[in-house]
Amino acid sequence: MTDTKKSAAASKLDSALAWVDDRFPLTSNVKAHLTEYYAPKNFNFWYFFGSLAMMVLVLQILTGIFLTMHYKPDADLAFGSVEYIMRDVPWGWLIRYMHSTGASMFFVVVYLHMFRGIIYGSYRTPRELLWLFGVGIFLCLMGEAFFGYLLPWGQMSYWGAQVIVNLFSAIPFIGPDVSEWLRGDYLVSDATLNRFFAFHVIALPFVLVGLVAAHLIALHEVGSNNPDGIEIKKLKDKKTGIPLDGIAFHPYYTVKDMVGVAVFLIVFSVVIFFAPEMGGYFLEANNFVPANPLVTPAHIAPVWYFTPYYSVLRAVPPILNSQFPGVAAMGLSVLVFALLPWLDKSPVKSIRYRGTLYKKWLAAFVVSFLVLGYLGTEPSNIWGQFGGWLGNAERATVVARIATTVYFAFFVLMPWYTKKDKTLPVPERVTG
Amino acid sequence: MKKLLLLLAILPSLAFANAEVHLDKAPIDASNHESLQRGARTFVNYCLNCHSANYMRYNRLLDIGLTEKQIADNLLFADGKVGDQMKVSINKGDAKKWFGVAPPDLSVEVRARGADWVYSYMRGFYRDESSATGWGNCVFDPVSCKVSMPHVLYELQGVQAMNHETHELTLTKPGRLSVSEYDSFIGDLTNYMAYMAEPAKQQRNHLGWFVLLFLGVLLVLTYKLKKAYWKDIH
Repeated sequence: MTDTKKSAAASKLDSALAWVDDRFPLTSNVKAHLTEYYAPKNFNFWYFFGSLAMMVLVLQILTGIFLTMHYKPDADLAFGSVEYIMRDVPWGWLIRYMHSTGASMFFVVVYLHMFRGIIYGSYRTPRELLWLFGVGIFLCLMGEAFFGYLLPWGQMSYWGAQVIVNLFSAIPFIGPDVSEWLRGDYLVSDATLNRFFAFHVIALPFVLVGLVAAHLIALHEVGSNNPDGIEIKKLKDKKTGIPLDGIAFHPYYTVKDMVGVAVFLIVFSVVIFFAPEMGGYFLEANNFVPANPLVTPAHIAPVWYFTPYYSVLRAVPPILNSQFPGVAAMGLSVLVFALLPWLDKSPVKSIRYRGTLYKKWLAAFVVSFLVLGYLGTEPSNIWGQFGGWLGNAERATVVARIATTVYFAFFVLMPWYTKKDKTLPVPERVTG
Repeated sequence: MKKLLLLLAILPSLAFANAEVHLDKAPIDASNHESLQRGARTFVNYCLNCHSANYMRYNRLLDIGLTEKQIADNLLFADGKVGDQMKVSINKGDAKKWFGVAPPDLSVEVRARGADWVYSYMRGFYRDESSATGWGNCVFDPVSCKVSMPHVLYELQGVQAMNHETHELTLTKPGRLSVSEYDSFIGDLTNYMAYMAEPAKQQRNHLGWFVLLFLGVLLVLTYKLKKAYWKDIH
């Protein structure tokens, strides 16, 4: 191509773009969100998970669309239609495994994304709303996972839904009506399956996408935090007005995130192609038995991403014959993340400049979260009982109670220990 | 912190403290088409009289090296078509009357219970005069050792007796097959049932390597691209 031809084509493209820009803010939006959105240049490993979560969301929506083309939300047909997808639909097995693995991987990346927010204080001023939108996304995701899990209509689907919906009936006064409304029946049935399908494929995806948009708009308004927990907008180049420690999101972070995407897809593919059940953690064996309302499985365990909260539920003993305290504790264990911006009183944001007191509490929280997560996958008699000196209490239940206490103490005592903590001086510029 | 991590590492091993019934390792080899074909024949001849495999089509057996003609001649009833699913004509109500429970569909049985379970279960029947069918099986229910299914293959295996103190099975009356012949007969059946539970598994594993190869190249390229773009960021 000659230079004149090239410039002729370029000017045609320019005029087309100008035509669009007169009618829709395309160029200004691309600038605001990509080419002139300045992110701190010192993002590390932990900063991959936001864009990965968004990619998984897109994957879930796309694979979900294809699954709905063959899935039948009918108590008599649902289980068979999933097997039909696995066998007779061309590439159906791949789409289904991408969706089932995607559900678990969504929680993997979201948990890591949340942990990043915690260690670098990304929820602190001015990012409180950004964090609250994030908590909303997390809640929505839990709803998506819960409603979606009923759809294969296996034994675990059925009894998991039965147990969780019954939890709502422990809420005083409105509980029984709420759970009946959720089920659309007096027990989990065809009506429940049909409405869970509606929640899973229409209602919650809408809310989820809306919240993700709000999350991004809020992020691009206040700007990204970074591993040093300092505001790069404080020091700008006098001439250009660009933060000294900022680099354009595109191309720098788009090309960097592509590396993250490649690594993620490798992990994702290893699971999909070589271990889609992930040893029973991603797809439970009992869910290959069709739902049977007359046969209760000996051990009902939620999927791994719910187990920490499930453990909290089991750890709290019923009071006055009411399960409500346990249910309330479980709800709180999820919702308490929303309070972090107001619980943290430290003068610094990032763990890099915090003292040992905070680090010890964080370590205790992580350990208790993992212990609760593990215990939630097992029956509560897994470790047997203590001797008579402890009233023959179940060992696992006692450990779960201790872990639950530590879990809540991390939040409740945060205003105290973050104030008392000896912090280090924070640098002016990011340290890489 | 280290101590805690160590504790975490050993916690799962404590879980094995309350062991369940011992299961023998099933000889699963999805690439052994002869074994799969023998297993398919056994499944169709013996299991498919009472148990359906509603999600499995006969012509899927082309995967394991059978031809349409072989399927039609050897596995199908006279009026069956090769595209049919492995349905069964037993009436669910009758079956429930006869056995107390309708025989479950076996399409995904191996995914629900595991190949080792099926392999051990089919070799675990013993004579129990106190039960309704005359047979017991401790693999099915380690506590009561009761089972609704009679030992359909006793003519092949012979009759076993259970020593409830040592939990050992002994052959009291030999069948048409020797012990090792029966084990490999059940091994083939289990192999087939494992294949039937997820027919796409072989393709899945095979394709996986190409996908990983592609992603490996993608990783190298994206990494180089990132390096090139970032060379002036300090």
